[in-house]
Amino acid sequence: MAQVFWTWVAAFLTLAIFSFLYKDNPFYKFAEHIYVGSSAAFWLVYLWYFDIKPKLIDAWRMNTGLEKYILIIPAILSVFILLRFIRPIAWISRWAIAFTVGMAAGLGITANLQGFLVPQIQATFLPVWVPSHNFWHSLGLSVNNWILVIGTVVTIFYFYFSKEHKGTLGALSRAGIVFIMIAFGASFGYTVMARISLLIGRVYFLIHNWLHIV
Amino acid sequence: MRKYFEKLAQIDRRIIYLILFLTVLLPYLFKISLPMKPLPEVVQAYKEIDQLPPGSVVMISIDYDAASMPEVQPMLYAILRHCFSKNLKVVMLGHWPLGIPLGVTALNEVAKEYHKKYGVDYVFLGFRPGLAAVIINMGKEIRSVFAEDYWGTPLDSLPMMRNVHTYDDIAVIVGLEAGSVGDAWVQYAQARYNAKIILGGTAVVAPDWYPYLQSHQIVGLIGGLRGAADYENLVHHKALAYYGMTPQAAVHILIVIFIILGNLGYIALRRRK
Repeated sequence: MAQVFWTWVAAFLTLAIFSFLYKDNPFYKFAEHIYVGSSAAFWLVYLWYFDIKPKLIDAWRMNTGLEKYILIIPAILSVFILLRFIRPIAWISRWAIAFTVGMAAGLGITANLQGFLVPQIQATFLPVWVPSHNFWHSLGLSVNNWILVIGTVVTIFYFYFSKEHKGTLGALSRAGIVFIMIAFGASFGYTVMARISLLIGRVYFLIHNWLHIV
Repeated sequence: MRKYFEKLAQIDRRIIYLILFLTVLLPYLFKISLPMKPLPEVVQAYKEIDQLPPGSVVMISIDYDAASMPEVQPMLYAILRHCFSKNLKVVMLGHWPLGIPLGVTALNEVAKEYHKKYGVDYVFLGFRPGLAAVIINMGKEIRSVFAEDYWGTPLDSLPMMRNVHTYDDIAVIVGLEAGSVGDAWVQYAQARYNAKIILGGTAVVAPDWYPYLQSHQIVGLIGGLRGAADYENLVHHKALAYYGMTPQAAVHILIVIFIILGNLGYIALRRRK
């Protein structure tokens, strides 16, 4: 019985959101406000139960020595962040932001170098000719490698801004634009697929779970 | 002809929405299905799991929520069916707190289908905040992050977890994604600990992972509803994603027609100006 009730609630909210496609209306507003309100409530509860309580309050109670007293630093920094709301001393919040930015930058730089930049550069060191049992197969694989290397190089040239894009540099950067546009096109195609998949999911819910037509 | 295009350019957008809705609905009502050949990157992911010896541990990360369910949840079901049919052990966790119930539901449902036992064949770790820190620390010792499972049972009291401590004890990590957590798996777990990773996710994020596939940083890629449908096809259990591909194909054709008509209308209007 409970499942039937919640299926009807979900169906009503789905149709209420879809009704915006016709025009803005009170049903849409109602569903929108429920979404915003429940999201805000969820994140508030989340912050308390997953962050503040276990990582600060419980940790303070359970730990001893250095592990206990080091918690004073994040506690002070979190108070500093809230000082943004008191205009005369709002500047103190920058210390907490600086700490967060510094930590994120440190993690991000090493992760991007080790996990993205270096492996991606390595992956462009490809053989000019790929030997295979069949000439045409070899040619196909080799052309793939050339496209990849040429695409990488000309795209990098497009992002070289220290010299005007004229002459050889202009030709290379224009070729770079072609590769970038192809990448954008692929991304757009995939995005269309993603959005339609969401519509398919909702339509299937309506005709299967709610109306039991299929 | 020009007048026709001018009229078409002024068409009410609600008519387009209605046509789109009907294009999704009708293939379901008439039960039309199209043949499909699995994509090589999905076959690669399938083979990577398929070749694992029984008893190997597969870690599945739920990094999506209800908004991405239609695309990613079918992947989860198909991968779980594959794992349990091959007698692989599953450790599940999540980096998106709102995705946790989706993971629990699928895991319990499929485990029941294959008569698998909690703690022996599968374990659910749950969620911990601090994405990068969680992934990095699990490479040193899973217990440093998850001392207990989702229901508060200490990991050492679960038979399956006794010999599972780091990524070295996990045959492959499957990240099911709707955001940037997939990048974190690659940049921390693969780059630092050489963990084997398969990424599956929404069609919006999937194109960003092809460079990882080309550089062999991931060993398989399952992208969007199409990827999920391919995986369902490979595990011989056609379900939501597979049957969703016919409306998907129909809408793609419709959108291509709209783009062509839209451009013709635009050219016609520009000439008049």
